[in-house]
Amino acid sequence: MADQTFPIAGSIDVTPPPRAEKTTLLEWLHGWVVTVDHKRLGILYMAYAILFLLVGGVEALVIRLQLASPHNRFIGPETFNEMFTMHGTTMVFLVGMMYIFGFGNYIVPLMVGARDMAFPRLNAFSFWLSAFGGLLLYYSFIGGFGLYGMGAAPDVTWWAYAPLTAKAFSPGHATDYWALSLIAMGFGTLGSAINIIATTLSMRCRGMTLMRMPLFAWLMLVTSGLTLVTITPLTASQIMLVIDRYLGGHFFDTQAGGQAIVWMHFFWIFGHPEVYVLVLPTFGIASEIIPVFSRKAIFGYPAMVAASVGIAFVSLGVWAHHMFTVGMTSVGNTFFVLSTMLVGIPTGIKIFNWLATIWGGRIRFKTPMLFCIAFLFQFLIAGLTGIILSVAPWDWQLHNSYFVIAHFHYVLVGAIVFNIFAGIYYWYPKVTGRMMSETLGKWHFWLFLIGFHVTFDTMHFVGLEGMPRSIFTYMPDRGWGTLNLVISLGGLIQGIAVLLFAWNMVASYFRGKEAGSDPWDAWTLEWSTPSPPPVYNYATDPVVHSRRPLWDLKHPDDPDWRYE
Amino acid sequence: MESFFQEHRARAARLSRLLALPATGILAGHAAWAEMPQGQPNMLTPASTPAHTIANLSLFVLLITGSIFVVVGGLLAFALVRYRARPQEDTSEPPQIYGSTQVELAWTVIPILIVVVLFLTTARIIFAVQDAPKPEDALDVTVVGHQFWWEFRYPKLGIVTANELHVPVRTATYLHLLSADVDHSFWVPQLAGKTDLIPNHPNETWIQPERTGLYLGQCAQFCGVEHAQMLLRVYVDTPSEFAAWVEHQQQPGVQDASVAAGRHVFETEACTNCHAVAGTAAIGTFGPDLTHLMSRDTLASGIVPNTPENLRKWIHDPNDLKPGVLMPAMQLSDQQVDELVAYLSTLR
Repeated sequence: MADQTFPIAGSIDVTPPPRAEKTTLLEWLHGWVVTVDHKRLGILYMAYAILFLLVGGVEALVIRLQLASPHNRFIGPETFNEMFTMHGTTMVFLVGMMYIFGFGNYIVPLMVGARDMAFPRLNAFSFWLSAFGGLLLYYSFIGGFGLYGMGAAPDVTWWAYAPLTAKAFSPGHATDYWALSLIAMGFGTLGSAINIIATTLSMRCRGMTLMRMPLFAWLMLVTSGLTLVTITPLTASQIMLVIDRYLGGHFFDTQAGGQAIVWMHFFWIFGHPEVYVLVLPTFGIASEIIPVFSRKAIFGYPAMVAASVGIAFVSLGVWAHHMFTVGMTSVGNTFFVLSTMLVGIPTGIKIFNWLATIWGGRIRFKTPMLFCIAFLFQFLIAGLTGIILSVAPWDWQLHNSYFVIAHFHYVLVGAIVFNIFAGIYYWYPKVTGRMMSETLGKWHFWLFLIGFHVTFDTMHFVGLEGMPRSIFTYMPDRGWGTLNLVISLGGLIQGIAVLLFAWNMVASYFRGKEAGSDPWDAWTLEWSTPSPPPVYNYATDPVVHSRRPLWDLKHPDDPDWRYE
Repeated sequence: MESFFQEHRARAARLSRLLALPATGILAGHAAWAEMPQGQPNMLTPASTPAHTIANLSLFVLLITGSIFVVVGGLLAFALVRYRARPQEDTSEPPQIYGSTQVELAWTVIPILIVVVLFLTTARIIFAVQDAPKPEDALDVTVVGHQFWWEFRYPKLGIVTANELHVPVRTATYLHLLSADVDHSFWVPQLAGKTDLIPNHPNETWIQPERTGLYLGQCAQFCGVEHAQMLLRVYVDTPSEFAAWVEHQQQPGVQDASVAAGRHVFETEACTNCHAVAGTAAIGTFGPDLTHLMSRDTLASGIVPNTPENLRKWIHDPNDLKPGVLMPAMQLSDQQVDELVAYLSTLR
């Protein structure tokens, strides 16, 4: 299939691109800084995310080294608390959000047949604002203590419960950097979300009705809507926190009559939907990859769209399941048990539809598909442990234990990161024009799979044995030593796997084999344009007649639009 | 015959060690737990009413979610093997199927039914635990969370102690949870689920232990530098043991003339700003009450045994044992520390 393409008639610019003038390094750099091209910005987002994935990964390994044995003296409590606060904040905001909007930026305009995002300048502004926010966070390592002396990173956990963040308990500037960087990144994210909504709603090519839009674009639309609703309370609460710390406000200052619980509500009405903000786009990635490698159309497309919107909607009403232990009334607890369990219904529908897509197909086990298959199993488990945690009485035990850590890493790594890897293997040929190595890819997959399960399966058990989260050490008599050593070893294996992946990305860029425009024999619009796509994406505006325009071209005798 | 059994048992032991490898499944995990000595903070070996109720509910929920995993995971595994692309097959595409409303309805209704069952069961237990009527003879204890230790007050008995809670077996104990600074969480897995201690937001929880013994727990809400070493010990005593303990704790501090030098150090070196000893001028409330320090098994919120050497190390520089602790090193001379330890050792 490699070089043979099925262009949308006349949509490909056949004139060779003008021979690039020799540019100096400065000109090249300047080009990247001032670019408003959605593809270049997408690459910037992704590069930023991968860089911080490595940083956040190193922080995780430091945490695991410290916890490998009881009463370990590898690092002290201050450093440990900084490490897990930075690990959480980095992975959610600098890696997760950046990946999501990186994929969204690069793929969505191509998928809907547009030449760029709706607001290219806002797009560039959003990226640079978010990137600045990330740097602000890491600058705290230098400036955290301000005039007090040496630097210090924030050490108040990534949920930063009041009143620990008050001046009385967190002197210095570390917490300020944390709050300000989240405000900056919040505004950047809002810009990206507005852009994606505008692009999907108003930039689709001729013939692409909303119900013909690829599922990835749909999920980016849903995610962006959800982002608009949820980032707002986060930003508001950060501003209140800064007011408390510097302008004598008492929103969360319990010593002056403020309410710690108010912070929790603000934080979790952001924090829980945030998980869906991160996971929904990766559902979109899986919904693109699973059909292509099963050689079947997605099963139940309207149900998939409805379930996605349903998940986003219900996710806005479940936040207080993070607060079952703060002393809500029995009626309040019961409400959030029900709303949380309801999420299981649309989620179940999605899993069944993926299963039905595979059913009766001809599955090709290429690297992207391997990651998606692992995702299906792991997400099934993550969903079921989610049901377990929604059972409030059991949550009174499990809350803030390692069981919770295991559960949300099953979502954040087992589902999200696996799908992100799948997406990178899938779209890398489109972005660079080169294939990633299958051999290295399979090594990466199996090592990462083994490391993941050694680490996070074991965490469930140590959680049931009563180990709480956020502790820098534990007593030998608690009996958690062996399991923690196993968890740490698994972390090491994952680290090696991620290095292999990074090497694969770099090496394939120089030595990978030519991809051609449609290496996977896929069906969505982006595979009809050359790899890498020209600046303007499509020479003429494409016209589509179904959800799978390239299928229609490849099978003129049996096109999709007859059945949809 | 004897050797046959031995060999058999050895093989079983080897097998169970193999099974105890993590990630092999829930059953293997259970086998490992069964061997644990009593007192480890395992939520599935409950020793008190709310924890027991919760553990039973847990097993029910585990059964349902486990069954879902087996069915759906099995279907998925089957599909992956059955529908893999075989090399000898031609490259034509499989039949395209776009969806089916009946099938969608079926797999929407079944999860709804499961949710109804799980929800009703859960709601029942929530109300049973949270809204349980308080018995007449219940013991009241006020728990105050501090960075990084626990204060226990028995208002009706006039007792103040720290880090080691004593309660009678089979009687309900109601814990009123307050915080002096930041958020904490009271968690002894074998006795009850956790409840947070939040400043300006009094909470309540209860336990009703079924067996005597020592139960371990710790703070479960990040509360600052030494959150990890804010440990909890709950001693469930027989009624007579508990009565004796109460009577002992109600005595004022021992006044022993032979350690007057140490008491002088204690009362003049700022110790009294934070610590109290009933019956003396020491009435500080920022740190643990020391009236019956020697009746406690551990120091520094449960992290080391209460021995004279540890006490000496602790007073000399608390940061050695517990880096980040709020108690300062008072820069005492060796002689002063010796005198102080001698004095504190009399506070039985």
